[in-house]
Amino acid sequence: MNLNEPAAKIRTTYREALRMALREALQRDDRVFLMGEDVGRYGGSYAVSKGLLEEFGEERIRDTPLSESAFVGAGIGAALGGMRPIVEIMTVNFSLLALDQIVNNAATLRHMSGGQLSVPLVIRMATGGGRQLAAQHSHSLEGWYAHIPGLRVLAPATLEDARGMLWTALQDPDPVIIFEHAMLYNLEGNLAADAGAVEIDHAAVRRAGDDVTLITYGGSLGKALQAAEQLADAGIGAEVIDLRTLRPLDSNAILASVKKTHRAVVIDEGWKSVGLSAEVSARIMEGAFYDLDAPVLRVCSREVPIPYAKHMEEAALPQVPAIVQAAREVLHRA
Amino acid sequence: MSLPQDISIALLHQMLRIRAFEEKCAELYSAGKIRGFLHLYIGEEAVAAGIMPALTLEDAVVATYREHGHALARGLSAQSVMAEMFGKQEGCSSGRGGSMHLFDVTQRFYGGNAIVGGGLPIAVGLALADKMQKRNRVTVCFFGEGAVAEGEFHECMNLAQLWKLPVLFLCENNLYAMGTALSRSESDTDLVTKAASYNMAAATVDGMDVEAVYRAAQEAVGAIKHLGIPYFLELRTYRFRAHSMFDPELYRPKAEVEQWKRHCPITTFEQRMRDAGLLDDAQLVALKADVAHEIAHAVAFADAGTWEPAEQLERDVYTRQVSGA
Amino acid sequence: MPSLGADMEAGTLVEWLVKPGQKVKRGDVVAVVETQKGAVEVEIWEDGVVDALVIEPGTLVPVGEVLATLHSEGMAAASPATQPTSAPRTPAASAPPTAAAASAERGRISPAARRRAQELGVDISKLAPSSADGIISIADVEQAAHQIAPAVNKQAAMRQAIGAAMAKSKREIPHYYLGNSIDVTHALGWLAQENTKRSVKERILFAAVLLRAVAVALKETPELNGLWIDQQFRPSTAVHLGVGIALRGGGLVAPAIHDAQDKGVPEIMSTLADLVQRSRSGGLRSSELTDATITVTNLGEQGVETVYGVIYPPQVALVGFGRMVERPWVRDDAVQIRSIVQATLCADHRASVGHRGALFLTALERLLQQPERL
Repeated sequence: MNLNEPAAKIRTTYREALRMALREALQRDDRVFLMGEDVGRYGGSYAVSKGLLEEFGEERIRDTPLSESAFVGAGIGAALGGMRPIVEIMTVNFSLLALDQIVNNAATLRHMSGGQLSVPLVIRMATGGGRQLAAQHSHSLEGWYAHIPGLRVLAPATLEDARGMLWTALQDPDPVIIFEHAMLYNLEGNLAADAGAVEIDHAAVRRAGDDVTLITYGGSLGKALQAAEQLADAGIGAEVIDLRTLRPLDSNAILASVKKTHRAVVIDEGWKSVGLSAEVSARIMEGAFYDLDAPVLRVCSREVPIPYAKHMEEAALPQVPAIVQAAREVLHRA
Repeated sequence: MSLPQDISIALLHQMLRIRAFEEKCAELYSAGKIRGFLHLYIGEEAVAAGIMPALTLEDAVVATYREHGHALARGLSAQSVMAEMFGKQEGCSSGRGGSMHLFDVTQRFYGGNAIVGGGLPIAVGLALADKMQKRNRVTVCFFGEGAVAEGEFHECMNLAQLWKLPVLFLCENNLYAMGTALSRSESDTDLVTKAASYNMAAATVDGMDVEAVYRAAQEAVGAIKHLGIPYFLELRTYRFRAHSMFDPELYRPKAEVEQWKRHCPITTFEQRMRDAGLLDDAQLVALKADVAHEIAHAVAFADAGTWEPAEQLERDVYTRQVSGA
Repeated sequence: MPSLGADMEAGTLVEWLVKPGQKVKRGDVVAVVETQKGAVEVEIWEDGVVDALVIEPGTLVPVGEVLATLHSEGMAAASPATQPTSAPRTPAASAPPTAAAASAERGRISPAARRRAQELGVDISKLAPSSADGIISIADVEQAAHQIAPAVNKQAAMRQAIGAAMAKSKREIPHYYLGNSIDVTHALGWLAQENTKRSVKERILFAAVLLRAVAVALKETPELNGLWIDQQFRPSTAVHLGVGIALRGGGLVAPAIHDAQDKGVPEIMSTLADLVQRSRSGGLRSSELTDATITVTNLGEQGVETVYGVIYPPQVALVGFGRMVERPWVRDDAVQIRSIVQATLCADHRASVGHRGALFLTALERLLQQPERL
């Protein structure tokens, strides 16, 4: 019997970690409530809010009609009125119907009113492809939202972040959008039993290495780590950075790593053109140009609407071999 | 005419004040002092003037880009609005918003929205917060009849009625959404039937008659506060000037404009007050002088105002700045 | 010319509706102006008398320019009918000239490499890229600076690869270890006898005897000879003995002696000698590097008595031989001086159990007592 046992861990999933975060928020703060399509009776389209209606009641777990613009805007208004709403938009694909409220109201009200108004709203959305749901259900538009001043954009890729980002986001007086990659909901792993809130301002080094920096976020983190394993077998030490916050980007973390390794590959499930990977690449060019031993390469989705057939979808999305190949290229060892 | 004198005087004063303010804005815009877009409320003053007295300071107001009259009637000072129009940092939105984005959180005046229909969800949310926090307050949401075509209108009407939220939906039907007549954009121009389709209590009001507006507002707000339901009012009105300054009004005949001018809310109310013995020439002159003085002072205040330093550009994008980003 | 819209820069005067000398009141429409959106009526904001109509109909006039003058009744002072607009546009600042990037005379060089070259005092015009993409990189610069043969850099890479493989081995393979002290006095004697019959070039080293003994012993415990692939042990009928060979400069390779089960001690010796020579000159074939089904290491050269090894994945066993030592040994009820070698087996517990591993070592010991039979 080891008397000095480390902190107890529980075996759980990303989905359950999100649910724990929601329960904690609803329990700790009466102003918090969850609003969205099928979050109550259905238990959440991804089962994240399962059981919450029974536990917290209809006032705090609100099933909405299919009215994205109205209920996102209502979330903004409720936040203005002193509540702490969590609005769940089923997926980023449907968020386009609420873009006006998000971009023209949530993001602007503080600045446009000269600092008078605060919108402490949290919006959660599922995102990403990989489940053969075809073009209209497979978008990765985190880059679009990360483009808008006034918004904070987060991408939890681990169980700790799924558990811990929500509370911190709710404390923020400004609108925060949390993107949950749909392929992560089933991710299983160990989580400290006393896991709680985490900070939301910095990226994290998920694997240390000296030869090349792999920069990614959300659903692509797993692929980047797999690529790093394969590169290690070939004697290449890859450092993997999980961005965690997409707006603001943690430039310090990105640049510190690239200055050490001299080489960078950005992995982003969004499309390459005019996207988040272009922003990261530009920042590296601006901040670490003289440290680069090769141009920054990007591994992104191909410039196509995401197709349905499995092999086509796989060809369209970023995959591990492409990441490994890109890493070899920046090492001039392709 | 059955309103007491003090209320009648107050209503007339408010309408005169709004009219004078708007006319001055037109002049200043032509002179280049006010820039961007300018949407004037001239002809529609009875609506804002008649609705606001039914509200307390605890209630909330959401309006559109044609909101100067609403802002003034709600309690924003003419000088803070004028300074905002000029873009000075003494303006109610620190010069950040301009004509279309007047905000004053102390008056619970939430804009000032430039997207047609964009304010309705916010109003629904403010009402939701009140209901959830068990505060018996009303959120008044002004919008034009053009917004009735937007999806947001239908989503919000449905949601407010479904969740029994204390919203007063105020549709100012001035017959034209910019250049498009209502009859050319709505399959059913009887707007209260739209409210009925959502099971919502509704009424139509002559928006050129400030007394009718006043009474309808009292009744609607009372219903909302006592019954805990939303309410829809259609106010039939008309704007005497173009949609905005840059509008040659090719879409409506001059004769129609002249016809409506004969129903000017100010002159008709003035006459009714005179007929009821509630107003004489001296009082009217005094009212107009008071208004002129206030407007002149507001212009001087705006002229003397200062420009926000450009170094402050990034202030108030976020509450919390994160270093290293 | 009044400003009638956010993006209006100029308007065309279409017609005057007043004449000089005419009295006008605030709010009167005095002219019609054509804009992009259509004709707009222009009103006047003051009371007065029209002085002069400055602009002719049909003229395009910028916003702010005087259209007409008027004076207030009783005075002849000219005042503009419209007020001039505010601040004129500032000219766009001309873009600063871009710094001309100095280009390398020969080939393209990365910014980091260029800076490193500066730090190390390397003349980049003398550099050539070593990679297929034609870009001079940090590695090229550092190599030139330190004047080290490329082989050394390759060795660094090799060390890294070995390290990675060893780390993976220890992570994934459940190693167990067994050891045996083997009396090889007799075998050494036998070998000395054999070598008297041979020329110096054909001399057999004891290592070859040990290797052959391993190959034969594996017949009795085939679960030590093969590869662990896809969660399964795949035994090999052939014994491709990987032999650990130290390289000068600190590298290590373990090329295979193919089909050691069919090669006698002399043939194993000649193959071994050939492998060692080609290892040191860099002439190994890829099949030699990838085909080993078991590895034997540390044939007494390094001077340690016992070898605790690390299995090369995907193999499932590694046999280690320590150096030969003279030891007092009990034999025939007397203490004698015998030549003793420590043989160790480390094996993958997923493919074999300790009992089987022990059988291998005892077989090995038994075979080495009868070297003439190998």
